[in-house]
Amino acid sequence: MTNHWIDLKNADVILAMGGNPASNHPISMKWIMRAREKGAKLICVDPRFTQTAAKADLYAPLRSGTDIAFLGGMIKYILDNNLYFKEYVVNYTNAAFLVNPDFKGPADLDGLFSGYNLEKKNYDKASWAFQKDEKGIPLRDNTLEDPNCVFQLLKKHYARYTPEKVVNITGTPMDKLMEVYKLFGSTGTPDRVGTECYAMGWTQHTVGTQNIRAMTIIQVLLGNMGMPGGGINALRGESNVQGSTDYGILFHIWPGYNAVPNASLVDLAAYNEKNTPKTNEPGSVNWWSNRPKYIASYLKAVYGEAATKENDFGYSWMPKIDVGQNASWLMIFDKMYKGEFDGFFAWGQNPACSGANSNKTRQAMTKLKWLVNVNLFDNETASFWRGPGMNPKDIQTEVFMLPCCSSMEKEGSITNSGRWGQWRYKAIEPQGGSLPDAEIINELYFKVKELYKKEGGAYPDPVVNLSWDYGDKDATGKVKHVDSHAIAKEINGYYLEDVYDKKADPPKLIGKKGDLVASFAFLKDDGSTSSGNWLYCNSYVTKDGKSVNMMARRGKDDPTGLGLYSGWAWAWPVNRRVIYNRASVDLQGNPWDPKRSLLKWDAAKPGWVGDVPDGGAPPMGTSGKLPFIMKPDGVASMFGPGLAEGPFPEHYEALECPVDKNSMSGQRINPTIKIFGDKMDAFASCDLRFPFVGTTYRVSEHWQTGVMTRHCSWLLEMQPQNFVEMSIELAKDLKLTNGEAVVVSSARGEVKAVALVSERFKPFKIADSTVHQVGLPWHFGWQFPEDGSGYDSANLLTPNVGDANTMIPESKAFMVNVRKA
Amino acid sequence: MGVSRRDFLKLSGGTVLVATLGVNLDPAKAYAKDLRIKNAKQTTTICPYCSVGCGLIVYQENGKVINTEGDPDHPINEGALCSKGASVMQLANNDKRVGKPLYREPGATAWKEVEWDWALDRIARLVKDTRDKSFKTTSKAKVKEKQADGTEIMVEKEFVVNRTDSIAHVGSAALDNEECYILQKLVRSWGLVYVEHQARI
Repeated sequence: MTNHWIDLKNADVILAMGGNPASNHPISMKWIMRAREKGAKLICVDPRFTQTAAKADLYAPLRSGTDIAFLGGMIKYILDNNLYFKEYVVNYTNAAFLVNPDFKGPADLDGLFSGYNLEKKNYDKASWAFQKDEKGIPLRDNTLEDPNCVFQLLKKHYARYTPEKVVNITGTPMDKLMEVYKLFGSTGTPDRVGTECYAMGWTQHTVGTQNIRAMTIIQVLLGNMGMPGGGINALRGESNVQGSTDYGILFHIWPGYNAVPNASLVDLAAYNEKNTPKTNEPGSVNWWSNRPKYIASYLKAVYGEAATKENDFGYSWMPKIDVGQNASWLMIFDKMYKGEFDGFFAWGQNPACSGANSNKTRQAMTKLKWLVNVNLFDNETASFWRGPGMNPKDIQTEVFMLPCCSSMEKEGSITNSGRWGQWRYKAIEPQGGSLPDAEIINELYFKVKELYKKEGGAYPDPVVNLSWDYGDKDATGKVKHVDSHAIAKEINGYYLEDVYDKKADPPKLIGKKGDLVASFAFLKDDGSTSSGNWLYCNSYVTKDGKSVNMMARRGKDDPTGLGLYSGWAWAWPVNRRVIYNRASVDLQGNPWDPKRSLLKWDAAKPGWVGDVPDGGAPPMGTSGKLPFIMKPDGVASMFGPGLAEGPFPEHYEALECPVDKNSMSGQRINPTIKIFGDKMDAFASCDLRFPFVGTTYRVSEHWQTGVMTRHCSWLLEMQPQNFVEMSIELAKDLKLTNGEAVVVSSARGEVKAVALVSERFKPFKIADSTVHQVGLPWHFGWQFPEDGSGYDSANLLTPNVGDANTMIPESKAFMVNVRKA
Repeated sequence: MGVSRRDFLKLSGGTVLVATLGVNLDPAKAYAKDLRIKNAKQTTTICPYCSVGCGLIVYQENGKVINTEGDPDHPINEGALCSKGASVMQLANNDKRVGKPLYREPGATAWKEVEWDWALDRIARLVKDTRDKSFKTTSKAKVKEKQADGTEIMVEKEFVVNRTDSIAHVGSAALDNEECYILQKLVRSWGLVYVEHQARI
């Protein structure tokens, strides 16, 4: 979230699209309803009349996979009716930038952008670049009239998204479409703010990244980004998926969103050169220019005293991916299916049910030599060898199921969607024979290290040099029990020597050796500081000689009345509660809306009052500093030349879709997606065998694959088994009745479910045809309930095709059939 | 003055405060004596399910969780919980939880219980053997190289990669931040690059 949960109360219009907060983040509705009590309007756009829709002022249905058409139409509506916030657009976005005159878009090239390479299925992006002056600063036309400026290109691109064309694609009733456009478009004035809440309904598509970008364009057109009650808010699915992302448990990033090095970056200097953005724009804060400090501090945290300036702080000990290598989820299971892995850890995760195309995932695991699963409960992954269709005697995988304890049985922090790091205390000892995950990690670290010390082996340096100082040690040097505070402090980072501000005369002491670093502004690239994750630097600090855990704070002051609760827990970065908050003020530093004063420049002080500002420079009108500090150009990217499939979002159909032609262009699907080619990767579009659009979703009573909730009797009783929801009209066509057992099938597999016939789905009228959509929750699996009464996972149906940028699978739009069981 | 139930519970533990307030809390105190949480130790936690981050109070007595409820002081949930959050107690008290490590031999048709030390020793052995066997020191790649005249050509070069290609890891968004940090630190020290988790799906 750019903003945070309580901030939803500050909105005038809340758009829930791509997410269903009432079911999946129920307590968030407290703040949405608080906004409504003050007159705000809630809009729900969803293929299904969800629990959020039931509470909404306005509901508009759309066919799964058509969000860009819907949002593209909204961009056109905002532009046609001059509803955009011009001062914001000109000063705080790249709308005025001039693009290379060679740039061409889908309006010119029938659905493609200039530079497409059909053979490689990717783009040469040279023509997407900005025109620049001799210093490399983009040329601009602040009148927004130059035909090559971003604003005019945006207008041209979305001129094709007429309401008529949009409803033919989305199936949304015209009157509802226009009501949504009008209501959300009303937030382009300084005194009105709109926010957006999305979740996997936007990410799990082959165009997932562009779904979100389309909304971002709307939010900057309307001046809603950085505003209290505004922003773009990912309602993340797990209690600590924000934290685990921040900590880089992904192939492409180290903690703090630093790129994993590839092989061609042979030393730290090459890495820094490649990954540190440069700009000559005098107004740009260009925060990522600090990256070398974060990298050196990270390597110092990882390798401790073994990391020296002479050995590049241990940079060569870090594994490198090949240039251009994608080692993401779908690639892992494709390689595993081909027998290319011997060992596999599934730690606190149940891929046998959570990954798309579960049949392939489950088959892939049979090719492993060994598998380790860590969980509270047995599950479909740990027990894959005894699952449906498996013959255990044929499966030569050695399997370990390690029982970890619950969150009440250990101590540590987690980070919610609003970026609040919150501390959890231990209430009881680990139950049964379970261990905290940290203890299991600790044991494995020491056991593997011991083997290398005793036996030697392949390149032991990274293993034996790792720093691991997390608690009291036994006679052999092994940490007996992990102290989570010691880790939290390493993450924050230390001054490793006395650090001085050398510009002051005489040099002034900034930090004393051994103290916790006060914030990432003090991190150094010379090895004099450590920080396991720069983004969390300031979460555990030294104050008056004592260590203070900022994440454990329980202050309740709310001086702005906006619900920032800056003294409660701690938010990254540096306790900033709303990201890009410098876009909430005008060029003089006054809030766009004085009634919603998140931040204000006090010239007498001089300084900012309110939230922690995005950089401390005075207002843009005096200092010239631009508000979007993480962007090298300093402004929000209406035109985004970095993405795989184009600088503007364009509507493409899902890989599996019910139409043989994209009404918008001759290009039916995203031209840059990777399609796997094995028989296990089958897909079927416009195929009579699979005539209905399928989607997956969640219910309040279960969580993810259901491992933690199916095993809780109170929750299982409320939602005992898999169902498939469908319209009354479709049930009639198929001669099905509510409660009847059915089989849902796709090109990849089938799953049993109970037919849930309801008015919540309605047939979609698109172009000249009628399209039916059905939906299933993905919480169930064969392993529990043990009698099989819950049926199996909806991910047996979903396709293993990913978004062109993120490779997140397209679990929200695919094609199925439904038949009597 | 209004005394919420939470304020009252705090107050009932501090008689000095009660005396200074001049409010008669006797009826409420009498009520508290009857609560099954009257002798329980309270700790706060955050819900392990969705990402709203609701606060809970865990009541512990004799090493067992005897109640969990929404934390009324928490600014986000103000004491409220959803169906999942309200059932968190069942995660602590649950006979379906795996008690000891389970092990399944190649080709076996059933699990067997094993000791932690044995399981962890065996996994460490498998990690080391797999790593040693598959460790890749260098990898060839085609990269752009600038020529003397300023033009770029593609050349094949050998680069140091120091990685283990035969082990993959997924998970987990269910871990604490501190655990996520040491987990990624550990698997990267082993040379793993196939490292993913819930955020990708």
